[in-house]
Amino acid sequence: MLAIDVISTIFISAGAFFMITGTVGLLKFPDFYTRMHATGKCDTLGQVLVILGCVIYEGFTFISIKLLLVAAFYLLAGPASTHALMKAAYVTGLPVWKKGDKRM
Amino acid sequence: MIIPFVIIGLVVASTVLACSYRAIVGPGTYNRIVAANVIGTKAIVILVLVGYMIERPQFIDVALMYAAIAFIGTIIIAKYAERGELCSP
Amino acid sequence: MIGVEAMKEENRKFKIVLTFCIMFIFWLLLSAWTVYLPEPYDFSKVSRGILAALIVTFLTYEMFVPSRGTKVLLKTRRFIPYVGWELWQIYLATIDVTKRVFGMLDVDPQVIEFDTTLRSDFALVTFANSITLTPGTITIDVEPERGRYIVHAISKAPADSLTVDQTMQKKVGYVFLEE
Repeated sequence: MLAIDVISTIFISAGAFFMITGTVGLLKFPDFYTRMHATGKCDTLGQVLVILGCVIYEGFTFISIKLLLVAAFYLLAGPASTHALMKAAYVTGLPVWKKGDKRM
Repeated sequence: MIIPFVIIGLVVASTVLACSYRAIVGPGTYNRIVAANVIGTKAIVILVLVGYMIERPQFIDVALMYAAIAFIGTIIIAKYAERGELCSP
Repeated sequence: MIGVEAMKEENRKFKIVLTFCIMFIFWLLLSAWTVYLPEPYDFSKVSRGILAALIVTFLTYEMFVPSRGTKVLLKTRRFIPYVGWELWQIYLATIDVTKRVFGMLDVDPQVIEFDTTLRSDFALVTFANSITLTPGTITIDVEPERGRYIVHAISKAPADSLTVDQTMQKKVGYVFLEE
């Protein structure tokens, strides 16, 4: 096993671990707004780490430029769609969970 | 190098099953929209990994187009859920 | 009056030419690995690229390039270290969410509001994006007239670092010349 194989496997595994954490947070948190915290941040970084691992495995060809474009686009588009959904829920009147309430 | 790609692809695919629980149960509209968005994100990752397994680099173009279309779709659905109509006359 | 209109005509031509160059280079980068490497470029392939770049240029040349005279180069030179700081904050935000999922820290959400001194479009959008990528806070709403932000925080400590310390407002105000 070469050194580049080991490094890219570490990056891809770290990205997959962050995606698992994001989904466990989606199931466990008690309210809509806190679930958006979990998915909007963990999913973005997990995907960027997986694509960076693939770029390291590939080397310096034209395909890695296209992969870097996918990663950069999702770094800008992920938080933007998170904010759009939060604003739609807040203006329509979804109740916010305080500590000590029932789980909703 | 094929074996780590296959294992991680299977792990991410099982996460999709766990996320569809929130899409089915989730009280209200907004929890289901979030679950659909997360499944779309994981589909992009699975596309890139499968492209490396089968050794066909054309899958990366498909992943780029799907990322753009999923982002626009989420914003349109959020705008519709907020106002009740898409464009004011 | 003739001087003002001539300057607008020249400004428009500059925008169209710069946008077309950027779009054509982008097309070359995206299509190089299938088109160039089997056999070199000839006229029928390049003409498709020029046609695609022309269509996109005539749809979007108004908003893609900023007009001259708004100090673009100075802001770009100050913007790049800010992007580096923000990538480090994304990593810290993910570690923070991991700790809250596995039960090491508390979950106690609250909604806060505050005013800033930023007024231009690009500065407001950059600050809202940075709040979403910082550990523990997400932007809900922005009012552009007074610079008022409504923010949902996940516990007391991230909320205090936005209203009491104000480190991020000073950084964004430094990059965009405190608009």
